[in-house]
Amino acid sequence: MSSHLWYASVVAMAIATPAICETAPKEVVYVEGAVEASLTGAPGNPEEGVRIMTTNALGNCVACHQIGALPDVEFPGTIAPPLDGAGDRWTEAQLRGIVANAKMTFEGTFMPAFYKVDGFVRPGDGFSGKAGAEPLAPILNAQQIEDVVAFLVTLKE
Amino acid sequence: LALAGAAFADPVEDGLVIETDSGPVEIVTKTAPPAFLADTFDTIYSGWHFRDDSTRDLERDDFDNPAMVFVDRGLDKWNAAMGVNGESCASCHQGPESMAGLRAVMPRVDEHTGKLMIMEDYVNACVTERMGLEKWGVTSDNMKDMLSLISLQSRGMAVNVKIDGPAAPYWEHGKEIYYTRYGQLEMSCANCHEDNAGNMIRADHLSQGQINGFPTYRLKDSGMVTAQHRFVGCVRDTRAETFKAGSDDFKALELYVASRGNGLSVEGVSVRH
Ligand code: HEC
Ligand code: HEC
Ligand code: HEC
Repeated sequence: MSSHLWYASVVAMAIATPAICETAPKEVVYVEGAVEASLTGAPGNPEEGVRIMTTNALGNCVACHQIGALPDVEFPGTIAPPLDGAGDRWTEAQLRGIVANAKMTFEGTFMPAFYKVDGFVRPGDGFSGKAGAEPLAPILNAQQIEDVVAFLVTLKE
Repeated sequence: LALAGAAFADPVEDGLVIETDSGPVEIVTKTAPPAFLADTFDTIYSGWHFRDDSTRDLERDDFDNPAMVFVDRGLDKWNAAMGVNGESCASCHQGPESMAGLRAVMPRVDEHTGKLMIMEDYVNACVTERMGLEKWGVTSDNMKDMLSLISLQSRGMAVNVKIDGPAAPYWEHGKEIYYTRYGQLEMSCANCHEDNAGNMIRADHLSQGQINGFPTYRLKDSGMVTAQHRFVGCVRDTRAETFKAGSDDFKALELYVASRGNGLSVEGVSVRH
């Protein structure tokens, strides 16, 4: 079910977003984990970022993180540090890098890479349990990453 | 806000004594870890400790336990003359209590075949070779009912699977799977059930992923789930290509996961949500 929702959103975004100005997952340049340039060149939408972060089939960040600014989220996870103050602790470029591929900042972290498409062990086709062919679609697309980052930078204490 | 999660962070302090037709049976739901996990956990816990009060309560009395329906179905099959020559399981094995103790040592390397066998393999060997029937699907209703019946015969006995000798290479293979980060989410069993046991992943309270309670009645599925079936679900949730239920890989994983629970009681048929 969740994989269907997720595909629908990717298709919709692919139509809505001109791919031409996007940085593809394999072209992202990480400098000590940070990604300087916007992946789309267009500003992110923080409200959309909230939706992505709290939707199971999208970012589902709240599966692991608590966010004080979003008190209405039911049952946030307790696996990862609360994101309050993330906008003070990290620059926008660092946050972009953490969301795109947190492994570049925190070696071996449990946090999934949301803008990574290959190099997986037994990559699947979404949540079907069947084999997927690399490159997979990234979990979040470029604009969705920018939307999430646009929200994270607002998380100041 | 942070407190909401913290309140649930630990396994619940509680104990399990099951009321059965033949009197109360005490279940060891927490104990010292096996030697190879001594540096990993202070205590190993059954998944029962991580479930809410109402779910835990369903397991205290066979009368309330929804899994007992499947045990009864298993008993009907046990006695049914379904073989091509009219054999039933009972005609060769007498009552199901002849299976007592078996669940506690499964999976194991079989003396005759020299291969790692899970309970499903033993059942299927009889179904096909001794009864002349088509093999039962590893996660079929027939199989789950029969596993429920056989597992119950070892209720209260300590899990005690062998991990040395001929079992060693299988165990090593299972261990490798346990620590491999699969799928697009790049998560291993250990990431969830070792590093984060006790934490909440959204609304789910992560247990140590023990299988002493299996087969289990899962409220969410309104049906029985075997260890092989559960493994498929957990790997699928990492956006990975799963291994097949009953595959050599998942048999090895079952041996390894079972051994992490050596010392816990077989619950017979448990209840989870
Ligand atoms: C499966 C768990 C998991 C998910 C899902 C997850 N994270 Fe994380 N995240 C972590 C962990 C664990 C850390 C801590 C880093 C470390 O040391 O490994 C972390 C760290 C972070 C940090 C830096 C922490 C800080 O504030 O100092 C940010 C920012 C972050 N995550 C954002 C996100 C966003 C945004 C999403 C969703 C798009 C997300 N995370 C999804 C597990 C997760
Ligand atoms: C993304 C996190 C995650 C990963 C990775 C994961 N599991 Fe799970 N697992 C869960 C959740 C959530 C549950 C349900 C709550 C619980 O019992 O922990 C669960 C339940 C289980 C249970 C049932 C425990 C019980 O008593 O009912 C077993 C057994 C299990 N997992 C084994 C495994 C094995 C083996 C692997 C690796 C092949 C694995 N899990 C990988 C999240 C995960
Ligand atoms: C025609 C006789 C026959 C029938 C019918 C039969 N079995 Fe068996 N079963 C055996 C024999 C013989 C063994 C091997 C015993 C041994 O090696 O010690 C065995 C072994 C087993 C074992 C492994 C027991 C152990 O201790 O190693 C299981 C489990 C089992 N049978 C279940 C079943 C079930 C369930 C059925 C019905 C669906 C069934 N059997 C029907 C003859 C039979």
